[in-house]
Amino acid sequence: MESMDASFGTSEVSFLAPEDVTPEYVSEADTAGTYVENRSTVGEQFVDDARMTCRDVNVYYGDKHAIKNISIDVGRNEVLAMIGPSGCGKSTFLRCLNRMNDTVDTCRVSGDIFLDQLNIYDKSVDVVPLRAQVGMVFQKPNPFPKSIYDNVAYGPKIHGLASSKSELDGVVESSLKKAGLWKEVNDRLDQPGTGLSGGQQQRLCIARAIAVRPEVILMDEPCSALDPIATATIENLISELQEQFTIVIVTHNMQQAARVSQRTAYFHLGDLIEVGSTDRVFTNPRHRLTEDYITGRFG
Amino acid sequence: MQVGKRETTMERVNRGLARRYLQERLFRLFGLGAVILSICLLGLLFVSIGLKGWPAFEQTEILLDINFDQELFAVDNLMGADYGALVKSSMRSLFPEVKGRADKRKLYRLVSSGASYVLRKMVMEDTAIIGSSRKIWLPADDEVDMLLKGHIRRDVPESDRRLSDQQIGWIDQLTEAGLLKKKFNTTFFTAGDSREPELAGIHGAVMGSIYTLTITLLLSFPIGVATAVYLEEFAPRSRWIDLVEVNINNLAAVPSIIFGLLGLAVFLNIFGMPRSAPLVGGLVLTLMTLPTIIIASRAALKSVPPSIREAAFGVGASKLQVVTHHVLPLAMPGMMTGTIIGMAQALGETAPLLMIGMVAFIVDVPTGFTDPSTVLPVQIYLWADSPERAFVERTSAAIMILLAFLISMNAIAVFLRRKFERRW
Repeated sequence: MESMDASFGTSEVSFLAPEDVTPEYVSEADTAGTYVENRSTVGEQFVDDARMTCRDVNVYYGDKHAIKNISIDVGRNEVLAMIGPSGCGKSTFLRCLNRMNDTVDTCRVSGDIFLDQLNIYDKSVDVVPLRAQVGMVFQKPNPFPKSIYDNVAYGPKIHGLASSKSELDGVVESSLKKAGLWKEVNDRLDQPGTGLSGGQQQRLCIARAIAVRPEVILMDEPCSALDPIATATIENLISELQEQFTIVIVTHNMQQAARVSQRTAYFHLGDLIEVGSTDRVFTNPRHRLTEDYITGRFG
Repeated sequence: MQVGKRETTMERVNRGLARRYLQERLFRLFGLGAVILSICLLGLLFVSIGLKGWPAFEQTEILLDINFDQELFAVDNLMGADYGALVKSSMRSLFPEVKGRADKRKLYRLVSSGASYVLRKMVMEDTAIIGSSRKIWLPADDEVDMLLKGHIRRDVPESDRRLSDQQIGWIDQLTEAGLLKKKFNTTFFTAGDSREPELAGIHGAVMGSIYTLTITLLLSFPIGVATAVYLEEFAPRSRWIDLVEVNINNLAAVPSIIFGLLGLAVFLNIFGMPRSAPLVGGLVLTLMTLPTIIIASRAALKSVPPSIREAAFGVGASKLQVVTHHVLPLAMPGMMTGTIIGMAQALGETAPLLMIGMVAFIVDVPTGFTDPSTVLPVQIYLWADSPERAFVERTSAAIMILLAFLISMNAIAVFLRRKFERRW
């Protein structure tokens, strides 16, 4: 399963590499009529009880238009999977949700993204508390080169979430338990987090993210660097975390999207092509591009 | 068909293989040769300096029977007593046959002019010895020292020698009597500079270097690191920042004497700071070291993986927290390496210090940042320029001290790096 996914990934890269260099190529092809597709979003973009609401989001990297007019809702306590070929803007969009793109100098974002009622791109919004509310897990496990304890305790410490050492100990323990790592590391919390295996490191990063008690957790291909067994552990974990958190996950692995998510969004070259319940999107895609991608007919 | 094609591929690969391995062997040999050559050259340097400088750690002393005659101390001020006369009378009693002023003067010259200072110090410390008679080891003249160490050859004509046949005769008599002896040269480590080689020491220059480097370190490390952090982590990309970057890189290549001229023009002439002072030397060396530290620190900051920054941002750390909690500790070993390289450069720097007057002949050991002083490399330069034969070995000895300083600084740097790396 994992190896299939890997080979799929490489073929995508070779297919899409020229697109990254000359994004205009597509629009030229569009106007020439060789590849005419309606790129407006189909499916159920909006939900009733949304935790995050995105309207007309555009992202530019310098001159490159990376995200084109995307509107989508993220429901409460749901797992939203974002799939699509490499370079299609899934990660870029994900990083808009907690303003991680702010750290990129050339990046420009327009449109509105609401977390509950708060417009996170409002000038008055401070990114520090925002990121405490919207946590993030990255593609490659990136624990701090510190002890396991310090990795998990870092977030609560800087935000002042624990008033005493015992309270902090409690936060660390419960976070590690939620991340399913407690049993494996409870006797060596003072060991460096970088000494764990890849899967354990990724769970440590998840523990670090949930230690701040965010409302939303963003996961950017959290299993792409892990073996199938570690992947399965993380997937089970995601299902458990869903009870408390809203999760947005970017993945290249369509089976994974099908397994863990309730809703799936398909991105293609900066456009949001289709959104819908995961079952519906995988069994009955309405857009041709979605169907091509899901059936592996791509390229 | 296909099998045949695959064979030709293998044949081709095999044919090229021998050449590839040969290239690899040659490259390895070349590298090994380069390493051996550099070790040999380094060894040659150390051996030649060591052999030349080692004798300087021994100094010839002469055992004299000093009679602290009460009459000589019948003056108001003990400091002003004629201590030279004590030495002279002792020498006369050793060689009673010497008559005539010229011969006597030659005789007296065998003892260092510093001998009277030694006696004065003894009397000042303990006035009870006045009136008694003691056997005391006193420094011999540097020419005596040179003769005993074999640097003055007896077979050259008398007129080409610094010692006359008569003086050599006296020295031989003293040696036979066991009154001349080479002893460990404590003066070299405790005294400042002197015109007399046997009285010259490295202490003043060492203290000058320590004061100067303290100023340099205290200023250049924080300023350099702060600059690097600002440029690398906080500064927005703009043309101004690019200009600053280019200029920092250019400054690293500016000849050091230019910094000396700048120091002379700005610190001495405009701000009116004291001449020859470690304070000004430290400021000038700070200017010189800053680009090195900034460039090394920026490289160290760049080498911190971006994933660590993202991780910290991801849990909601502010920019400053990301830098101070994660980036700086990881970059610190690299920054310290850069700083030590800069400090080593500063320690060995002569040219800019000449410009601000640290080349002056200074006898006193400096006791503060504004006392006139010199530094080790300048002291080496001064001694290398001195005509006395005895300064040759002292030059090499001073180089040994300088090298010892460098090596211990590097050792401290390695130690600190290890310590910092283990913490993380």
